Amino acid sequence: MIMVLFRRLFGMLLVMFIVATMVFFLTRLAPGDPASLMLGEQATAADVEQLRKTYGLDQPLLVQYLLWLKEVVQGNLGQSIFLQRPVLQAIGERAEPTFFLALFSILIASIIGIPAGIISAVWRGEKADQFVSSGAMLAASIPSFWLGLIFIQFFSVRLGWFPVAGYGPPGASLVERLYHLMLPALVLGIVNSALITRFTRASVLDVMGEDYVRTARAKGQSESKVILRHVLGNALIPIITVVGLTAALLVGGAIITETVFGLPGIGNLVVSAVLRRDYPVIQGALIVIAGIYVLINFSIDVIYTLVDPRVKY
Amino acid sequence: MDRASTHQFLTTLFHRKIVLLAAIVLTVILLFAILAPWIAPYSPTGMRISQRLRPPSLTHWFGTDEFGRDVFSRIVFGGRASLGIGVAVVFFSVLVGTILGLLAGYFRKLDGPIMRLVDAMMSLPDILLAIFLVAVLGASAGNVILALAIVYTPRVTRVVRGSTLVVREIAFVEASRTVGVPTWRILFVHILLNISSPILVQATFIFAYAMLAEAGLSFLGAGVPPDVPTWGTMIASGQQYVDQALWVVIFPGLAIVLAALSLQLLGDGLRDMLDPQLRKDL
Repeated sequence: MIMVLFRRLFGMLLVMFIVATMVFFLTRLAPGDPASLMLGEQATAADVEQLRKTYGLDQPLLVQYLLWLKEVVQGNLGQSIFLQRPVLQAIGERAEPTFFLALFSILIASIIGIPAGIISAVWRGEKADQFVSSGAMLAASIPSFWLGLIFIQFFSVRLGWFPVAGYGPPGASLVERLYHLMLPALVLGIVNSALITRFTRASVLDVMGEDYVRTARAKGQSESKVILRHVLGNALIPIITVVGLTAALLVGGAIITETVFGLPGIGNLVVSAVLRRDYPVIQGALIVIAGIYVLINFSIDVIYTLVDPRVKY
Repeated sequence: MDRASTHQFLTTLFHRKIVLLAAIVLTVILLFAILAPWIAPYSPTGMRISQRLRPPSLTHWFGTDEFGRDVFSRIVFGGRASLGIGVAVVFFSVLVGTILGLLAGYFRKLDGPIMRLVDAMMSLPDILLAIFLVAVLGASAGNVILALAIVYTPRVTRVVRGSTLVVREIAFVEASRTVGVPTWRILFVHILLNISSPILVQATFIFAYAMLAEAGLSFLGAGVPPDVPTWGTMIASGQQYVDQALWVVIFPGLAIVLAALSLQLLGDGLRDMLDPQLRKDL
């Protein structure tokens, strides 16, 4: 068991190492010298040269990479070019709206997706299934920013039910801040419910084909009891996995929704960093976001290993 | 395929009415894009300030935008870029993803390195990886295609590798190896032909996702330059006027929804038909 967990841990670190390496070298492909970017257009050649020295940019690329990696391993993701603060601090300051947005979105997506998926599986091939499956596909075909713009127009501008954008004035209470997340969470929840619906359907159908379900039916148990007691309990584990991973992807994947609703989250930070070519922030955000995903993935694996006696490698 | 089997293919594929409808809608959208100069009633770039932000009417079916350009004509022309980018992304991601997946699935030694790279790339949300790549490469239609192809290659790789692992164990592969068929031929002819259905299904979904992602990137200002009419850039530039002229945003969005939905329905239909396991279930 310990060996399995160690191997998993090693795999996780390996993936993070690849992400970091990829991010570093791809960033260096970008046009423009980081030092001249930092100093702006008025900088003299001597200033640029000085800064290149300070940041070690005059060193060979491989040396730069190793120095950078050493810092990253120690938890130092560098300094933002524009925000005048460490990257990790900048990300931390933006974490709250992103965290709650991901949480609310995944809740809404699950509330829609799990029952819809169950209905679709239980009545497979019938009208209800066709309706749900087509609905899920429709949800997956809607661009989130378009839905966001339309929702803002109707629910906020015309009906006045929700704030139009932003995260409340400075000093707003937590409740007020969270109220600003309702509409964006609804948009992301609807769009992401598709994946959860499809996955729930597949997972319930899988379990319905198992021998013990046939046994339960053969014993003469009512269909509703079979579904509730034997099918759902067993189908839930893979469903929880997909919910967890979707939530992890939402942390970095809410970029577009955060932009539409003017939420000061991590996604918004990334977009402005991209538009201003603030590479340390882009690199840092990518590493943190991949880290969260990999960590959640790892935790799910660990729980599997601990809970399911059949999982042995 | 001869005529009888083509007929059988189409009847099985279209036995669900909604799949047939999706195929028809998609064909119409494609024809509109290809025949844009003959179908669009106005020039997509012709500005007439006196006609700005006019609501939908008989002369301008979908209204006009902030420069008085005809929204319907722009959607018809915009389909060229949006669908063109989708097709290109599918082509490159399927090409590279298939090669990588075949190599990973067939050669045990390559499996580890290739799949760890795939894991690393899939630990980042699609749109985040895409915006990062476009930021590094520079915003242009070509680079949007390149970035999205890189984003979706791991998906294809994963599917192809999984299928290859199954097919390589089938007796005919063993037999081919024994009689001395060269490895490249086993991979790119024998195995590839047997795993073409999951690739085809994956391709339709990637087409839809790529179109949505392109629109998202344009919206964020990190995609195709705003002067190129695509469905995404139309929504992006229209968002300022959404208070006065909802149609500027509604119609290009509907075009995306319609195209993406048709593609996914078609992909779903293909999967039902080509995957014998699922077909038995239905």
